[in-house]
Amino acid sequence: MKEYTAIKELPYYEELDFYKKQKRIVLQNCGLIDPEKIDDYIEKKGYQAAAKAITQMKSKEIIEEVKKSGLRGRGGGGFPTGLKWQFAKDAEGEKKYIVCNADEGDPGAFMDRSLLEGDPHKLLEGMMIAAYAIDADEGYIYVRAEYPLAIRRLKKAISQAEELGLLGENIFGTEFNFKIHIKEGAGAFVCGEETALMASIEGKRGTPTSRPPYPAQSGLWGKPTNINNVETYANIPFIIDNGAEEFNKFGTENSSGTKVFALTGKIKNTGLVEVPMGLSLRDIIYDIGGGITDDKGFKAVQTGGPSGGCIPAEQLDLKIDYDSLKEIGAMMGSGGMVVMDEDTCMVDVARFFLTFTQSESCGKCTPCRLGTKRMLEILERITEGEGKKGDIEKLEQLGKVIKEASLCGLGQTAPNPVLTTIKYFRDEYEAHINDKKCPAGQCDALKGSYVIDEDHCIGCGQCKTVCPADAITGKKQKAHTIDPEACISCGACAEVCPVNAISN
Amino acid sequence: MKSFSELKEYQNEISEKKKNNQKIDDKPEIIIGMGTCGIAAGAKKIRNAVVDVVKEKNLDVKITETGCIGMCEKEPLMDIKMPGMERVTYGEIEESDVKRIINKHVFEKKIVKEFAIARILE
Amino acid sequence: MVHVQKFVQLMQFLIEGGVQKLKEIIIDGNSYKFDPGQTVLEVARGNDIDIPTLCYSEHLSITGACRMCLVENKENGSLETACTLPARDGLEVETDNDKIYDARKTVLDLILSDHPMTCMTCEANGDCQLQDLAYQFDIEESSYGSKKEDRFELEERNSFIVYDPDKCILCGKCVRADSELQCSEAIEFSERGFKTKIAAAFDEGLGGEDSSCVFCGLCVENCPTAALSYKPARKKGREYELRKQRTTCGYCGVGCQVELNIKGNEVIKVDSVYEDTAPNPDGEMCVKGRFAYGFIDRPDRLKYPLIKRDGEFVESSWDEALDYIADNLSRIRDEHGGREIGALSSARCTNEENYIMQKFMRAVMKTNSVEHCARL
Repeated sequence: MKEYTAIKELPYYEELDFYKKQKRIVLQNCGLIDPEKIDDYIEKKGYQAAAKAITQMKSKEIIEEVKKSGLRGRGGGGFPTGLKWQFAKDAEGEKKYIVCNADEGDPGAFMDRSLLEGDPHKLLEGMMIAAYAIDADEGYIYVRAEYPLAIRRLKKAISQAEELGLLGENIFGTEFNFKIHIKEGAGAFVCGEETALMASIEGKRGTPTSRPPYPAQSGLWGKPTNINNVETYANIPFIIDNGAEEFNKFGTENSSGTKVFALTGKIKNTGLVEVPMGLSLRDIIYDIGGGITDDKGFKAVQTGGPSGGCIPAEQLDLKIDYDSLKEIGAMMGSGGMVVMDEDTCMVDVARFFLTFTQSESCGKCTPCRLGTKRMLEILERITEGEGKKGDIEKLEQLGKVIKEASLCGLGQTAPNPVLTTIKYFRDEYEAHINDKKCPAGQCDALKGSYVIDEDHCIGCGQCKTVCPADAITGKKQKAHTIDPEACISCGACAEVCPVNAISN
Repeated sequence: MKSFSELKEYQNEISEKKKNNQKIDDKPEIIIGMGTCGIAAGAKKIRNAVVDVVKEKNLDVKITETGCIGMCEKEPLMDIKMPGMERVTYGEIEESDVKRIINKHVFEKKIVKEFAIARILE
Repeated sequence: MVHVQKFVQLMQFLIEGGVQKLKEIIIDGNSYKFDPGQTVLEVARGNDIDIPTLCYSEHLSITGACRMCLVENKENGSLETACTLPARDGLEVETDNDKIYDARKTVLDLILSDHPMTCMTCEANGDCQLQDLAYQFDIEESSYGSKKEDRFELEERNSFIVYDPDKCILCGKCVRADSELQCSEAIEFSERGFKTKIAAAFDEGLGGEDSSCVFCGLCVENCPTAALSYKPARKKGREYELRKQRTTCGYCGVGCQVELNIKGNEVIKVDSVYEDTAPNPDGEMCVKGRFAYGFIDRPDRLKYPLIKRDGEFVESSWDEALDYIADNLSRIRDEHGGREIGALSSARCTNEENYIMQKFMRAVMKTNSVEHCARL
């Protein structure tokens, strides 16, 4: 291989497989500008959409443009943004608030984090336009405390914007005033739910409350409030700058624009991608993602984090948008996409996600607080080889009630990973329960003991050293053996064997 | 900013300043991806290595930071922008590779194939 | 706060009601009129339609936490809690069908899976909303198995109130009563999820150093189970063994209406009375009214007048006692002047009694030295 190359032989970003099918609107500047220099942002026409909106447009026009664009909430709800703004605008009252939900609690999701760290001004600009549209003069960004770099860059961005008079009073010489505060979260996933988020900003315990009243009527401190996700606001400058029609050029009929996805899991090109709605899963996973690591078989992809569902191989050609995902029982969610291969145990995946939602439940309502606990207990029994007949049906019945009866989105979506894995991978559940076997070979309790291939064993003794159950015996340089009764199937021996002589 | 036009003027000023800087004193720029993903992959060490090399060779080079460009699999990422050349991205680099890349790219204008990923269309 | 809400509702009703036709909501196929601001649950209860609840109280704000009052919204088939669903013209709901029954029973089943099955020795046996619902839904034991081990420690390091978190169903009525009626802000939900429990400051219990609990007992009063109970009443009898006696608390001039609970001849606890015309319409009380009934049976309680003769208190008649007082007070006033006499009155007396006291002291006893126990 030649050590050096001429620059003209190097591909452009747009030619790379990873970027070919992407359309970077929200992530336009990320990785290209210095997020701690406002000048970089302004040089790329930053804040000009806000200037246009504030000095040349009326609230009504802005809201109409956003409505026409078809932009839907990118936090997962998919509610039409223009309509949401309209409600807040129509609400009575002098004092209104703009809130940005930057809590991003889904495990494996880092779309918002990358935007906040890479291009914080884009969010500020989007919020400014929203505030002007609904007549708010104060805004809050609720960022999870686990994002210290994002918080630092946001604070810097806000102070730089204030210095230039882009935030504060009489912005662009108009009567419009707007100031933004940052409120750090305190480690609760449930505070990503809008009513719990507002309670947290108010200094109260972060638990959701029933709706109605909706935030647009009575939100922060009882005042009309518009809450949107980071990515939703980040789409606004483009829409105002280029018009709703430009935005509609991408996406599907009912889901226009792009979506940022966090590609993680057993995929070759992990990372953050922004694609037009309507691209298929195959495009994303194989073309952009480069396929499964080690070229193993694709099993499923989990979208929407712990609120979402598993999508199996049959649906690889599904054109993803809000509605198509809902139809198959999954959910767009905030954009997390965890790819799973043939070695993933789907029952264990369900158990993993339920462990998360169970520990994050706020505890207010019965179905979520106790229902997820009981569901988790059943799943734990199943993965430990103690599944009983009737467990799957119990999970289905309980999951259905939890979905119907819970107070907030956390409880209403917590059963999704369980219900979708049962729907598409029922055979795995049955194998665990009836045959006490884990088809993917993952669940420790169902693995059966490990075995040393005596012909290949070189007698180095490394397995014996690491075995936590003292199950391995053997003399130096002679083939070792594992006592199947003592073996706890942890797999530590297989991992350290230098000649791969140990298997399950 | 007291008006839309003031903002546009400011933007022009920045562009002009940039172009002028390039005419008078065209400095190479080394940009390191410092999003949390980059840092987790070792970007801070890369940055320190870059600073060391620059100091050692007494280079007149701008060192800046940027966010995540999305190719998290390839982090740590380091871009080099030489005057008159397009910006090139290197990825999956380690501390020990920094010196070689800077030597070859900054001094000899040669792209190190092993780590080069793509160039940016300006 | 609850009164303000009701006032606003009433004003709205008066303003709107006179001019327009009253709006109607459809429950189980029948139309019912409703007042603006009412919830489906309030309309249902006002029309004798039974919807089970655990966390609802007409004296407290609405929270929608227990999920027992689920009804089906016929517009979209979704289940919503009747206590939070606002009634509006044309809304159609069903209060009972298979889907609703299944959901309610599952919720109850879940609560029972985490509740000790110790009804035999429980203070709330026969007076427990959870028991009543289990009876109604025919649940003998939770389908998830009974609670085998206690998860928490019993909290009883004060003289008045016991909190058993294992029996707590986290309805939050105690927290709301404390915050909205008593306004002590002494207790709140702590931790989250399965580990949630009610706690006072720094989880040091109601009697803790930083606790602002004033032991009014409203929390116990509102608790649907025996999670909260009165310590002095422990083991003294269950609801169905007690005789009730309504009376007025004599400890101060407010005159709270209270209900004594009597077993045999002993008052063992004091419950609240709920009457709109009472000075304490939402069952409010203070620590004296709630717990200081011990004086009733104290052996050294004054039952008749006593006059000290030869260094010892001797029983006398009222006539004798009053003559003794009148003679001696007049003598002292005549011989030494009113200034030698002072009077000490009490908050336990009514305004009228205190008025007479000071009038008597000034006009008859010729003294200005009139004091009151509140100034001590």
